[in-house]
Amino acid sequence: MMSSSPPAGAADGDMETLPLAAASDYASVASTFDPLLSSSSPASPPAPAASPLSRASSSFVDPPSYADVAASSPRSASASSSSSPRSARAATSEYSYIAVSDPETEAEAAATSLVPGSAPTYISYLVTSARRGDHRRHSVRRRFRDFVTLADRLAESFRGHFVPPRPDKNTVESQVMQRDEFVAQRRAALERYLWRLAEHPAIGTSDELRVFLQAEGKMPLPSSTDVASRMLDGAARLPRQLLGEEAVAPPQDVVQPAKGGRDLLRIFKELKQSMVTDWGGVRPPLVEEDKEFLEKKQKMQDWEQQLSSASQQAEALVKAQQDMGDTMGALGLAFVKLTKFETEEALYESQRIRAVDSKRVATAAVKASRTCRDLNTQTVKYLDTLHEHLGIMLSVHTAFSDRASALLTVQTLMSDLASLQSRIEKLEAASSKVFGGDRTRLRKVHELRETIRATEDAKCCALREYERIKENNKIELSRLDRERREDFLEMLKGYVTSQKTSARHVHRLHMQRRSSMVGRQWRRRLADMREDHRMTQHISLCFVGVHVCTM
Amino acid sequence: ALSQERSQSQSPRSPGAAAGAPFLSICVTDPVKMGTGVQSYISYRVITKTNLPEFEGAEKIVIRRYSDFEWLHDRLAEKYKGIFIPPLPEKNAVEKFRFSKEFIELRRQALDLFINRLASHPELKQSEDLRTFLQADEEKMDRARSYETGIFKKPGDFIQMFKDVQSKVSDVVLGKEKPVEESTPEYEKLKHYIFELENHLAEAQKQAFRLVKRHRELGQSLADFGKAIKLLGACEGDSLEKVFSEVGSKSEMLSIKLQREADNLLFNFEEPLKDYVRAVQSIKATMLDRANAFRQHFDLDQERKYKELNLEKMKFMNPEKFSESETEFSELKAASEEATKRYEHIVSVMNDELARFQEQKTADIGLAFHEFAKGQAKLAKDIADAWRSILPKLEACSSS
Repeated sequence: MMSSSPPAGAADGDMETLPLAAASDYASVASTFDPLLSSSSPASPPAPAASPLSRASSSFVDPPSYADVAASSPRSASASSSSSPRSARAATSEYSYIAVSDPETEAEAAATSLVPGSAPTYISYLVTSARRGDHRRHSVRRRFRDFVTLADRLAESFRGHFVPPRPDKNTVESQVMQRDEFVAQRRAALERYLWRLAEHPAIGTSDELRVFLQAEGKMPLPSSTDVASRMLDGAARLPRQLLGEEAVAPPQDVVQPAKGGRDLLRIFKELKQSMVTDWGGVRPPLVEEDKEFLEKKQKMQDWEQQLSSASQQAEALVKAQQDMGDTMGALGLAFVKLTKFETEEALYESQRIRAVDSKRVATAAVKASRTCRDLNTQTVKYLDTLHEHLGIMLSVHTAFSDRASALLTVQTLMSDLASLQSRIEKLEAASSKVFGGDRTRLRKVHELRETIRATEDAKCCALREYERIKENNKIELSRLDRERREDFLEMLKGYVTSQKTSARHVHRLHMQRRSSMVGRQWRRRLADMREDHRMTQHISLCFVGVHVCTM
Repeated sequence: ALSQERSQSQSPRSPGAAAGAPFLSICVTDPVKMGTGVQSYISYRVITKTNLPEFEGAEKIVIRRYSDFEWLHDRLAEKYKGIFIPPLPEKNAVEKFRFSKEFIELRRQALDLFINRLASHPELKQSEDLRTFLQADEEKMDRARSYETGIFKKPGDFIQMFKDVQSKVSDVVLGKEKPVEESTPEYEKLKHYIFELENHLAEAQKQAFRLVKRHRELGQSLADFGKAIKLLGACEGDSLEKVFSEVGSKSEMLSIKLQREADNLLFNFEEPLKDYVRAVQSIKATMLDRANAFRQHFDLDQERKYKELNLEKMKFMNPEKFSESETEFSELKAASEEATKRYEHIVSVMNDELARFQEQKTADIGLAFHEFAKGQAKLAKDIADAWRSILPKLEACSSS
């Protein structure tokens, strides 16, 4: 704050007697500022080193210029302010540089079109990256579909992890926005996405990411949209399933959740199992016993609910700030016009006096409006943490459901084993009743034992997978706790600091009036007016309350 | 924003009070809702304290409503042509707000200002209608009101109306359909100034009103945000919860300050601007009177000149009719002179009024601007102080 500020508890009257010297530092700023002529750059607060009035108490450095906030420039770890946790994570990530740029329209390769020139097109982006410690930069062209593939591959490989969610395919905005604006927004979102992937301790070092960033030419990762072959896979298996022969999922497949096409049987079984579990008919052989986890899950749900509500209020706050800035600006403009008018058309001397007054208000209002808008840019930047963490909650949901489906797989296999076992027992009992044994039945028992062995293997795999996911959940939860704490602390600090700085600036703006007030006579007149005014206000005391009385 | 207008009429502080110098002090207070439903209205208590001999006593209290003030305003407008009658607050209000606390208080203040401006105007304060308004009991007030709104008009008005019609007809007949206006360069300049001024002021006042709304909206969203942040902190737990709670509490506190500033802006910035707009509109009304007076003077003057010429001819050509015409002519001459006098009176009064108006408005608006800057400065300071006070706690958290 200003070193010349009145001591705490001083009456408002003291504000009247601030030495003119305090204002004179800014008089030069004020006098060179003509709202009618100036460009759009804001009058930024004087650099901390130069001004005698600034205090170096805060270690949180005020952002030097609000213009940097625009998300359009590619982020590199060195550019962002050094003290933010986000940049600290970026600085230790596998990659020292990631950028998405140069959107270009390309035609679909395999498309044929009767009308030349109207082939379906898509946008491709240039993705440039460099690994930490490596001077080489890789540049590859990727389209949005490739990002989707990457996201799918990561979802498969990193079950149980909080995999950062990718940008949406179709947003409402993409329908209403201009093409260019949409492309720019998408470009920025894709860049942010890649950074988040790079900053993730496990994903950042993954092959999937590396291949995505470095492999030239067409996207090398297999896409999930290869529907045709998958359908064939499923169709090939289907007859066997329909014929009732036991199809045991090969162990490696149980590592994946049941998906469409190939795993119809498995899906039906798991569905049945989950219903059994849900309806509590049969107690499932393995339950989620980790109380700690269940508590944590509940906490996450509560947190998410409050986060969502806070995010909504933050949006409303930003809008209110925006409106305030806009109206303040419009007010300033109205007074600029009034000033101009009274100056040009002055018939009386009193008009010139009024023009000076209204010019003061105009200038202050216009500047205050700019300050407000700059503040809003900052506010959006900091409060965006709320929205980002809402996105993170999505990946938490996915990770938790990975866990749940892995558990379901294990439960299904275990109940499979149980029913196989009981069938064997029945067959053996029936066979023993026949003299000399029942060859058919015994052969069946032998087959079943084979099946049991295979199922046991599958169950072990599934159990291992489940444990692995549980472990991932645990690690990720503690990572999230830490990062959440860091992020929100930064958010609060940033929000509070930017509000404080902006308010300080506005306060200075309105105090500038001292330096342009004319003469003692004027001051005496104002004092008389205040005296009369106070008497009028006395009557409305009961309505507007104490505040007015302390004028 | 009363500036000098009150000091001449207030008793306790004016220098000559002790010595028994003349004073007239009026107060409009105690708004009370009367009646029910659609017919309900607000009544005000008007307290007059004076030592002027024209008044019935040292102190008088009467109950008046808005339409009574309106009656007084209209009477004065009719009788004191040329004077800028102090403006009344707007007649109609959106039904929803008619009984809101703010609206009632704003209206009361504006009425108080109105009556006091009358009391400090050298001519208006001597008006009999003002005395009636301040002193008459309800019965007398009702009678006075109905007399005016009725069909009863003074005989002189009839003649005037007739003459107006006449001159209109002759205009049409003679092909002079466009009404004649005075057009001295100074007056043109003044007219242009007044009309333009109204536009600029109206725009400024509109934005000022919006600004009041923005303060309320920002206050509300800050309060909501503060609450949400506190709830969020409760989920977080540990040391961060305290920090969230601090931020939330400060937000709620600042929300209250914003509401207060909204009130301050409404009463001490927006209302004075609105008052200024009303005052300019009152000037426009006077300009209209002046235009009418000019037209009458001009038309009668033309007529007189025309008749004068005819009269000379008639003396020789039609002596019998001469004396009748001569009488007619002298009547016309008297009317014309009266119209000219009326017009010139308005012009001279307007000049004085303009000077007075400019001075008062400069003071009023200067004060309003001063209040604006002060209110905004204080609000900004409170905001900066509030946030600064919790930064150390935030710092402490990050280092731990």
